[in-house]
Amino acid sequence: MIPVTLNIRTYHEIENAGSDLGDQVAAQQTRVEARLALVHDVVGIMSGKGGVGKSLLTAALATLAARRGRRVGVLDADLNGPSMGRMLGCPRGPLAERPDGIDPASTPCGALVMSMDLLLDADMALHWKEPDGAAFVWRGVQERGAVREFLADVGWGELDLLLVDLPPGVGRLAELHELVPELSGVLAVTIPSAASRDAVARSLELAARRRIPLLGLVENLRGYRCDGCGDVGALFGGDAAERLARRFDVPVLGGLPFDPTLDRAAAYGELDAWLSAGGPTAIELGRIGEALDAALGAGRSAGEVASR
Amino acid sequence: MKFLCVECDEQMHFEERRIPGDGTLAAVFRCPACGRMTAMLTNPMETQLVTSLGVKVGGRTVPGAPFEGIRTGVASGREDAFAAPKEPASPPAPVRWSVDAVERLGHVPSFVRGMVKKIYIEYARDHGIGEITPAVMDRARTDLGLEGM
Repeated sequence: MIPVTLNIRTYHEIENAGSDLGDQVAAQQTRVEARLALVHDVVGIMSGKGGVGKSLLTAALATLAARRGRRVGVLDADLNGPSMGRMLGCPRGPLAERPDGIDPASTPCGALVMSMDLLLDADMALHWKEPDGAAFVWRGVQERGAVREFLADVGWGELDLLLVDLPPGVGRLAELHELVPELSGVLAVTIPSAASRDAVARSLELAARRRIPLLGLVENLRGYRCDGCGDVGALFGGDAAERLARRFDVPVLGGLPFDPTLDRAAAYGELDAWLSAGGPTAIELGRIGEALDAALGAGRSAGEVASR
Repeated sequence: MKFLCVECDEQMHFEERRIPGDGTLAAVFRCPACGRMTAMLTNPMETQLVTSLGVKVGGRTVPGAPFEGIRTGVASGREDAFAAPKEPASPPAPVRWSVDAVERLGHVPSFVRGMVKKIYIEYARDHGIGEITPAVMDRARTDLGLEGM
Protein backbone atom coordinates (compact mmCIF):
# COMPACT_ATOMS: atom_id res chain seq x y z
CA MET A 1 0.00 0.00 0.00
CA ILE A 2 1.36 3.38 -0.95
CA PRO A 3 1.36 5.75 1.99
CA VAL A 4 -0.67 8.89 1.34
CA THR A 5 0.19 12.18 2.99
CA LEU A 6 -3.05 14.02 3.57
CA ASN A 7 -3.04 17.78 3.49
CA ILE A 8 -5.54 18.51 6.23
CA ARG A 9 -6.32 22.05 7.26
CA THR A 10 -5.77 22.90 10.90
CA TYR A 11 -8.46 24.03 13.35
CA HIS A 12 -7.63 27.70 12.97
CA GLU A 13 -7.52 27.53 9.19
CA ILE A 14 -11.25 26.83 9.19
CA GLU A 15 -13.05 30.07 9.81
CA ASN A 16 -16.39 28.65 10.90
CA ALA A 17 -16.62 28.60 14.68
CA GLY A 18 -17.72 24.99 15.10
CA SER A 19 -19.44 24.27 18.40
CA ASP A 20 -18.51 27.68 19.74
CA LEU A 21 -18.13 26.34 23.27
CA GLY A 22 -16.08 29.34 24.29
CA ASP A 23 -18.62 31.74 22.87
CA GLN A 24 -21.44 29.82 24.54
CA VAL A 25 -19.73 30.27 27.92
CA ALA A 26 -19.15 33.95 27.15
CA ALA A 27 -22.83 34.31 26.28
CA GLN A 28 -23.73 32.95 29.71
CA GLN A 29 -21.71 35.73 31.31
CA THR A 30 -23.35 38.29 29.04
CA ARG A 31 -26.75 37.15 30.31
CA VAL A 32 -25.63 37.73 33.89
CA GLU A 33 -24.42 41.21 33.04
CA ALA A 34 -27.63 42.07 31.20
CA ARG A 35 -29.79 40.96 34.12
CA LEU A 36 -27.71 42.81 36.70
CA ALA A 37 -27.63 46.02 34.68
CA LEU A 38 -30.82 46.99 36.52
CA VAL A 39 -29.49 46.10 39.96
CA HIS A 40 -27.80 48.95 41.80
CA ASP A 41 -25.83 47.06 44.42
CA VAL A 42 -24.92 43.41 44.76
CA VAL A 43 -23.66 42.55 48.24
CA GLY A 44 -22.33 39.20 49.41
CA ILE A 45 -23.05 38.19 53.00
CA MET A 46 -20.29 35.82 54.06
CA SER A 47 -18.77 34.29 57.12
CA GLY A 48 -16.28 31.60 56.29
CA LYS A 49 -17.74 29.60 59.17
CA GLY A 50 -21.07 27.88 59.49
CA GLY A 51 -23.59 28.55 62.21
CA VAL A 52 -22.77 32.18 62.88
CA GLY A 53 -26.18 33.54 61.82
CA LYS A 54 -25.27 34.77 58.37
CA SER A 55 -28.51 33.66 56.74
CA LEU A 56 -30.60 35.11 59.53
CA LEU A 57 -28.78 38.44 59.18
CA THR A 58 -29.32 38.35 55.41
CA ALA A 59 -33.04 37.75 55.86
CA ALA A 60 -33.34 40.46 58.49
CA LEU A 61 -31.43 43.04 56.43
CA ALA A 62 -33.58 42.25 53.38
CA THR A 63 -36.76 42.66 55.42
CA LEU A 64 -35.51 45.93 56.88
CA ALA A 65 -34.64 47.26 53.44
CA ALA A 66 -38.02 46.27 52.00
CA ARG A 67 -39.79 47.92 54.95
CA ARG A 68 -37.93 51.13 54.11
CA GLY A 69 -39.30 50.98 50.60
CA ARG A 70 -36.17 49.76 48.90
CA ARG A 71 -36.44 47.25 46.11
CA VAL A 72 -34.48 44.34 47.45
CA GLY A 73 -33.75 40.83 46.29
CA VAL A 74 -32.19 37.89 48.09
CA LEU A 75 -30.21 35.25 46.23
CA ASP A 76 -29.57 32.19 48.37
CA ALA A 77 -26.21 30.92 47.15
CA ASP A 78 -26.13 28.31 49.91
CA LEU A 79 -27.43 25.62 47.59
CA ASN A 80 -26.86 22.74 49.99
CA GLY A 81 -28.28 24.43 53.06
CA PRO A 82 -30.91 26.76 51.61
CA SER A 83 -33.07 28.63 54.08
CA MET A 84 -34.07 31.97 52.60
CA GLY A 85 -37.48 30.88 51.36
CA ARG A 86 -38.55 29.71 54.79
CA MET A 87 -36.92 32.51 56.79
CA LEU A 88 -38.49 35.15 54.60
CA GLY A 89 -41.94 33.57 54.67
CA CYS A 90 -42.17 32.85 50.94
CA PRO A 91 -45.10 30.70 49.79
CA ARG A 92 -44.03 27.31 48.40
CA GLY A 93 -46.19 27.52 45.32
CA PRO A 94 -44.81 27.06 41.82
CA LEU A 95 -42.68 29.88 40.43
CA ALA A 96 -44.02 31.45 37.28
CA GLU A 97 -41.92 30.67 34.25
CA ARG A 98 -41.72 33.23 31.47
CA PRO A 99 -39.69 33.14 28.26
CA ASP A 100 -37.21 35.65 29.65
CA GLY A 101 -36.89 34.26 33.14
CA ILE A 102 -38.35 32.73 36.27
CA ASP A 103 -40.35 34.98 38.58
CA PRO A 104 -38.73 35.08 42.02
CA ALA A 105 -40.79 34.35 45.10
CA SER A 106 -41.99 37.38 47.01
CA THR A 107 -41.98 37.93 50.76
CA PRO A 108 -44.95 39.47 52.59
CA CYS A 109 -43.06 42.78 52.71
CA GLY A 110 -42.14 42.72 49.03
CA ALA A 111 -38.58 41.43 48.93
CA LEU A 112 -37.83 39.07 46.04
CA VAL A 113 -36.23 35.72 46.76
CA MET A 114 -34.61 32.90 44.82
CA SER A 115 -33.46 29.93 46.81
CA MET A 116 -32.94 26.25 46.17
CA ASP A 117 -35.37 25.53 49.01
CA LEU A 118 -38.14 26.83 46.75
CA LEU A 119 -37.22 24.28 44.09
CA LEU A 120 -36.55 21.12 46.08
CA ASP A 121 -39.00 18.61 47.45
CA ALA A 122 -39.58 19.22 51.15
CA ASP A 123 -36.74 17.89 53.31
CA MET A 124 -34.81 16.67 50.25
CA ALA A 125 -31.12 17.40 49.92
CA LEU A 126 -29.77 18.78 46.67
CA HIS A 127 -28.88 15.82 44.45
CA TRP A 128 -27.49 16.18 40.96
CA LYS A 129 -27.92 13.77 38.09
CA GLU A 130 -24.39 12.56 37.54
CA PRO A 131 -22.58 9.53 36.19
CA ASP A 132 -22.20 7.02 39.01
CA GLY A 133 -19.16 7.49 41.14
CA ALA A 134 -18.12 10.75 39.55
CA ALA A 135 -20.29 13.23 41.40
CA PHE A 136 -17.29 14.88 43.00
CA VAL A 137 -15.93 15.79 39.57
CA TRP A 138 -18.93 17.78 38.46
CA ARG A 139 -20.67 19.04 41.57
CA GLY A 140 -18.66 22.24 41.76
CA VAL A 141 -19.27 23.08 38.11
CA GLN A 142 -22.99 22.42 38.44
CA GLU A 143 -23.31 24.47 41.59
CA ARG A 144 -21.51 27.36 39.95
CA GLY A 145 -23.92 27.00 37.02
CA ALA A 146 -26.89 27.09 39.38
CA VAL A 147 -25.68 30.32 40.98
CA ARG A 148 -25.17 31.76 37.51
CA GLU A 149 -28.72 30.84 36.58
CA PHE A 150 -30.02 32.35 39.82
CA LEU A 151 -28.35 35.59 38.74
CA ALA A 152 -29.11 35.51 35.02
CA ASP A 153 -32.41 33.67 34.67
CA VAL A 154 -34.47 35.23 37.46
CA GLY A 155 -36.72 38.15 36.66
CA TRP A 156 -35.23 40.42 39.31
CA GLY A 157 -36.23 43.60 37.51
CA GLU A 158 -34.92 46.87 38.88
CA LEU A 159 -33.45 46.46 42.34
CA ASP A 160 -31.75 48.83 44.71
CA LEU A 161 -30.05 45.97 46.47
CA LEU A 162 -29.42 42.29 45.82
CA LEU A 163 -28.15 40.42 48.87
CA VAL A 164 -26.34 37.16 48.17
CA ASP A 165 -26.29 34.74 51.09
CA LEU A 166 -23.03 32.83 50.69
CA PRO A 167 -22.41 29.40 52.19
CA PRO A 168 -19.61 28.76 54.70
CA GLY A 169 -16.15 28.62 53.19
CA VAL A 170 -14.52 30.84 50.62
CA GLY A 171 -15.18 29.02 47.34
CA ARG A 172 -18.57 30.49 46.55
CA LEU A 173 -17.30 34.05 47.13
CA ALA A 174 -14.69 33.51 44.43
CA GLU A 175 -17.34 32.14 42.08
CA LEU A 176 -19.67 35.04 42.79
CA HIS A 177 -16.90 37.52 42.12
CA GLU A 178 -16.11 35.84 38.81
CA LEU A 179 -19.76 36.08 37.82
CA VAL A 180 -20.19 39.62 39.20
CA PRO A 181 -16.82 41.37 38.88
CA GLU A 182 -18.40 44.66 39.92
CA LEU A 183 -19.60 43.29 43.23
CA SER A 184 -20.49 46.25 45.46
CA GLY A 185 -18.85 44.54 48.39
CA VAL A 186 -19.12 41.95 51.10
CA LEU A 187 -20.45 42.03 54.63
CA ALA A 188 -18.76 39.53 56.93
CA VAL A 189 -20.49 37.90 59.89
CA THR A 190 -18.55 36.47 62.79
CA ILE A 191 -19.17 35.37 66.33
CA PRO A 192 -16.76 36.47 69.06
CA SER A 193 -14.77 33.21 69.27
CA ALA A 194 -11.21 32.73 68.07
CA ALA A 195 -12.27 29.83 65.84
CA SER A 196 -14.74 32.06 64.05
CA ARG A 197 -12.17 34.84 63.84
CA ASP A 198 -9.71 32.57 62.01
CA ALA A 199 -12.34 31.27 59.58
CA VAL A 200 -13.70 34.72 58.80
CA ALA A 201 -10.17 36.04 58.39
CA ARG A 202 -9.65 33.63 55.50
CA SER A 203 -12.76 34.92 53.78
CA LEU A 204 -11.74 38.52 54.32
CA GLU A 205 -8.26 37.75 53.06
CA LEU A 206 -9.70 36.31 49.86
CA ALA A 207 -11.99 39.29 49.42
CA ALA A 208 -9.13 41.72 49.99
CA ARG A 209 -6.88 39.83 47.60
CA ARG A 210 -9.59 40.08 44.95
CA ARG A 211 -10.05 43.77 45.79
CA ILE A 212 -13.68 43.26 46.69
CA PRO A 213 -14.80 46.18 48.89
CA LEU A 214 -15.11 45.15 52.55
CA LEU A 215 -18.26 46.92 53.66
CA GLY A 216 -18.18 45.88 57.26
CA LEU A 217 -18.33 43.26 59.98
CA VAL A 218 -21.23 42.18 62.13
CA GLU A 219 -20.57 40.30 65.34
CA ASN A 220 -23.43 37.94 66.04
CA LEU A 221 -24.13 35.99 69.24
CA ARG A 222 -22.54 38.76 71.25
CA GLY A 223 -24.20 37.55 74.42
CA TYR A 224 -27.63 36.12 75.07
CA ARG A 225 -30.75 38.23 75.47
CA CYS A 226 -33.05 36.69 78.07
CA ASP A 227 -36.49 35.99 76.69
CA GLY A 228 -38.00 36.98 80.01
CA CYS A 229 -36.24 40.04 81.43
CA GLY A 230 -34.47 41.22 78.26
CA ASP A 231 -31.06 41.44 79.94
CA VAL A 232 -28.03 40.35 77.93
CA GLY A 233 -25.74 37.76 79.50
CA ALA A 234 -22.38 36.38 78.39
CA LEU A 235 -22.31 33.64 75.78
CA PHE A 236 -18.97 33.33 73.96
CA GLY A 237 -15.60 34.65 74.95
CA GLY A 238 -13.47 36.54 72.46
CA ASP A 239 -13.27 39.74 70.50
CA ALA A 240 -13.21 38.48 66.92
CA ALA A 241 -14.87 41.50 65.37
CA GLU A 242 -12.49 44.02 66.92
CA ARG A 243 -9.42 42.05 65.93
CA LEU A 244 -10.66 41.47 62.38
CA ALA A 245 -11.59 45.13 62.07
CA ARG A 246 -8.08 46.20 63.00
CA ARG A 247 -6.37 43.63 60.79
CA PHE A 248 -8.42 44.32 57.67
CA ASP A 249 -9.24 47.96 58.32
CA VAL A 250 -12.95 47.29 58.06
CA PRO A 251 -15.66 48.88 60.23
CA VAL A 252 -17.76 46.92 62.71
CA LEU A 253 -21.31 47.80 61.74
CA GLY A 254 -22.78 46.37 64.91
CA GLY A 255 -23.26 43.42 67.19
CA LEU A 256 -26.26 41.27 67.99
CA PRO A 257 -27.03 39.04 70.96
CA PHE A 258 -28.68 35.68 70.54
CA ASP A 259 -32.33 36.61 70.82
CA PRO A 260 -34.78 33.69 71.02
CA THR A 261 -37.61 35.88 69.75
CA LEU A 262 -35.64 36.67 66.58
CA ASP A 263 -34.77 33.01 66.15
CA ARG A 264 -38.43 32.03 66.36
CA ALA A 265 -39.50 34.79 63.98
CA ALA A 266 -36.99 33.59 61.39
CA ALA A 267 -38.04 29.97 61.83
CA TYR A 268 -41.63 30.84 61.00
CA GLY A 269 -40.99 33.48 58.35
CA GLU A 270 -42.31 36.28 60.57
CA LEU A 271 -39.41 38.72 60.54
CA ASP A 272 -41.58 41.57 59.33
CA ALA A 273 -43.92 41.28 62.30
CA TRP A 274 -40.96 40.83 64.65
CA LEU A 275 -39.34 44.02 63.36
CA SER A 276 -42.65 45.84 63.78
CA ALA A 277 -42.61 44.97 67.47
CA GLY A 278 -39.40 47.00 67.71
CA GLY A 279 -37.49 45.32 70.54
CA PRO A 280 -33.89 46.19 71.42
CA THR A 281 -32.45 43.59 69.03
CA ALA A 282 -34.64 44.94 66.23
CA ILE A 283 -33.35 48.43 66.96
CA GLU A 284 -29.76 47.21 66.75
CA LEU A 285 -30.53 45.45 63.48
CA GLY A 286 -31.95 48.71 62.18
CA ARG A 287 -28.68 50.44 63.01
CA ILE A 288 -26.74 47.76 61.14
CA GLY A 289 -29.01 48.21 58.13
CA GLU A 290 -28.42 51.95 58.18
CA ALA A 291 -24.68 51.43 58.52
CA LEU A 292 -24.73 49.09 55.52
CA ASP A 293 -26.65 51.70 53.53
CA ALA A 294 -24.06 54.28 54.49
CA ALA A 295 -21.24 51.96 53.49
CA LEU A 296 -22.86 51.49 50.10
CA GLY A 297 -23.45 55.19 49.69
CA ALA A 298 -27.20 54.62 49.76
CA GLY A 299 -29.63 57.29 48.81
CA ARG A 300 -28.81 57.16 45.15
CA SER A 301 -31.95 57.46 43.13
CA ALA A 302 -33.54 54.56 41.32
CA GLY A 303 -33.08 56.54 38.12
CA GLU A 304 -29.36 56.08 38.45
CA VAL A 305 -29.93 52.36 38.29
CA ALA A 306 -31.73 52.54 34.99
CA SER A 307 -29.18 54.90 33.51
CA ARG A 308 -26.19 52.87 34.59
CA MET B 1 -14.40 21.21 18.00
CA LYS B 2 -14.75 20.99 14.21
CA PHE B 3 -15.17 18.10 11.83
CA LEU B 4 -13.52 18.20 8.44
CA CYS B 5 -14.44 16.02 5.48
CA VAL B 6 -10.96 15.15 4.32
CA GLU B 7 -11.96 14.14 0.81
CA CYS B 8 -13.88 17.34 0.14
CA ASP B 9 -11.81 19.62 2.37
CA GLU B 10 -15.11 20.97 3.70
CA GLN B 11 -16.07 21.56 7.29
CA MET B 12 -18.91 19.24 8.20
CA HIS B 13 -22.06 20.89 9.51
CA PHE B 14 -23.88 19.93 12.67
CA GLU B 15 -26.91 17.85 11.71
CA GLU B 16 -28.56 16.54 14.85
CA ARG B 17 -27.99 15.58 18.46
CA ARG B 18 -29.22 12.31 19.96
CA ILE B 19 -29.43 11.57 23.68
CA PRO B 20 -30.17 7.86 24.14
CA GLY B 21 -30.66 8.19 27.90
CA ASP B 22 -27.70 6.13 29.08
CA GLY B 23 -25.55 9.14 29.79
CA THR B 24 -23.98 9.12 26.34
CA LEU B 25 -24.51 11.54 23.51
CA ALA B 26 -24.32 11.31 19.72
CA ALA B 27 -23.76 14.40 17.62
CA VAL B 28 -24.11 13.89 13.88
CA PHE B 29 -22.27 16.05 11.36
CA ARG B 30 -22.73 16.10 7.57
CA CYS B 31 -20.40 17.19 4.79
CA PRO B 32 -22.21 19.89 2.78
CA ALA B 33 -20.38 18.80 -0.39
CA CYS B 34 -20.66 15.01 -0.52
CA GLY B 35 -23.32 14.42 2.12
CA ARG B 36 -21.21 12.00 4.09
CA MET B 37 -22.19 11.85 7.74
CA THR B 38 -20.15 11.07 10.79
CA ALA B 39 -21.25 10.70 14.38
CA MET B 40 -19.30 11.86 17.38
CA LEU B 41 -20.08 9.63 20.35
CA THR B 42 -19.29 10.76 23.87
CA ASN B 43 -19.11 8.61 26.96
CA PRO B 44 -21.01 9.59 30.14
CA MET B 45 -18.06 11.51 31.58
CA GLU B 46 -17.58 13.51 28.39
CA THR B 47 -21.31 14.13 28.14
CA GLN B 48 -21.38 15.33 31.72
CA LEU B 49 -18.58 17.77 30.97
CA VAL B 50 -20.60 19.68 28.39
CA THR B 51 -23.84 19.34 30.36
CA SER B 52 -22.25 20.76 33.50
CA LEU B 53 -20.92 23.73 31.58
CA GLY B 54 -24.36 24.41 30.12
CA VAL B 55 -23.09 24.29 26.54
CA LYS B 56 -24.18 22.30 23.49
CA VAL B 57 -21.90 20.27 21.23
CA GLY B 58 -22.49 21.47 17.68
CA GLY B 59 -23.59 24.88 18.90
CA ARG B 60 -26.91 26.13 20.16
CA THR B 61 -29.78 25.87 17.72
CA VAL B 62 -32.25 27.52 20.13
CA PRO B 63 -31.58 29.95 22.99
CA GLY B 64 -31.17 28.39 26.42
CA ALA B 65 -34.35 28.23 28.52
CA PRO B 66 -34.34 29.80 31.99
CA PHE B 67 -32.88 27.46 34.63
CA GLU B 68 -31.96 24.96 31.93
CA GLY B 69 -29.04 23.62 33.93
CA ILE B 70 -30.94 23.42 37.21
CA ARG B 71 -33.91 21.70 35.63
CA THR B 72 -31.91 19.17 33.70
CA GLY B 73 -29.31 18.64 36.40
CA VAL B 74 -31.11 18.56 39.76
CA ALA B 75 -32.38 15.11 40.65
CA SER B 76 -34.32 16.07 43.79
CA GLY B 77 -36.35 18.98 42.45
CA ARG B 78 -40.06 19.45 43.04
CA GLU B 79 -42.23 18.39 40.15
CA ASP B 80 -44.38 21.48 40.58
CA ALA B 81 -41.54 23.96 41.06
CA PHE B 82 -42.47 25.90 37.92
CA ALA B 83 -45.73 26.83 36.28
CA ALA B 84 -47.00 29.04 33.53
CA PRO B 85 -47.73 32.54 34.80
CA LYS B 86 -51.30 33.20 35.81
CA GLU B 87 -52.66 35.47 33.15
CA PRO B 88 -55.06 38.15 34.30
CA ALA B 89 -58.65 37.18 33.69
CA SER B 90 -59.82 38.30 30.27
CA PRO B 91 -61.96 41.42 30.47
CA PRO B 92 -65.68 40.75 30.24
CA ALA B 93 -67.35 41.31 26.92
CA PRO B 94 -68.73 44.85 26.60
CA VAL B 95 -72.50 45.31 26.96
CA ARG B 96 -74.16 48.02 24.86
CA TRP B 97 -77.12 50.12 25.96
CA SER B 98 -79.88 51.06 23.55
CA VAL B 99 -80.96 54.70 23.49
CA ASP B 100 -84.34 53.77 25.01
CA ALA B 101 -82.66 51.83 27.80
CA VAL B 102 -80.36 54.75 28.62
CA GLU B 103 -83.32 57.07 28.76
CA ARG B 104 -85.16 54.71 31.08
CA LEU B 105 -82.14 54.31 33.30
CA GLY B 106 -82.10 58.10 33.58
CA HIS B 107 -85.39 57.91 35.48
CA VAL B 108 -83.81 55.85 38.25
CA PRO B 109 -82.85 58.01 41.26
CA SER B 110 -79.23 58.98 40.93
CA PHE B 111 -78.05 57.58 44.24
CA VAL B 112 -79.00 54.04 43.23
CA ARG B 113 -78.52 54.45 39.49
CA GLY B 114 -75.01 53.04 39.50
CA MET B 115 -76.06 49.95 41.41
CA VAL B 116 -79.08 49.36 39.18
CA LYS B 117 -76.96 49.81 36.08
CA LYS B 118 -74.52 47.24 37.41
CA ILE B 119 -77.33 44.75 38.08
CA TYR B 120 -78.62 45.05 34.51
CA ILE B 121 -75.13 44.67 33.06
CA GLU B 122 -74.45 41.55 35.12
CA TYR B 123 -77.81 40.13 34.12
CA ALA B 124 -77.02 40.73 30.46
CA ARG B 125 -73.60 39.08 30.78
CA ASP B 126 -75.05 36.11 32.65
CA HIS B 127 -77.54 35.58 29.84
CA GLY B 128 -75.19 36.30 26.94
CA ILE B 129 -77.07 39.44 25.97
CA GLY B 130 -75.01 41.98 24.02
CA GLU B 131 -77.42 44.93 24.20
CA ILE B 132 -79.62 46.09 27.04
CA THR B 133 -82.99 47.28 25.82
CA PRO B 134 -86.18 48.20 27.79
CA ALA B 135 -87.39 44.62 27.10
CA VAL B 136 -84.25 43.18 28.65
CA MET B 137 -84.70 45.47 31.65
CA ASP B 138 -88.25 44.24 32.10
CA ARG B 139 -87.17 40.65 31.93
CA ALA B 140 -84.37 41.24 34.42
CA ARG B 141 -86.72 42.91 36.88
CA THR B 142 -89.06 39.94 36.65
CA ASP B 143 -86.36 37.30 36.83
CA LEU B 144 -84.51 38.98 39.67
CA GLY B 145 -87.59 40.06 41.61
CA LEU B 146 -86.74 43.75 41.27
CA GLU B 147 -90.17 44.98 40.28
CA GLY B 148 -89.70 48.22 42.22
CA MET B 149 -86.63 49.28 40.21
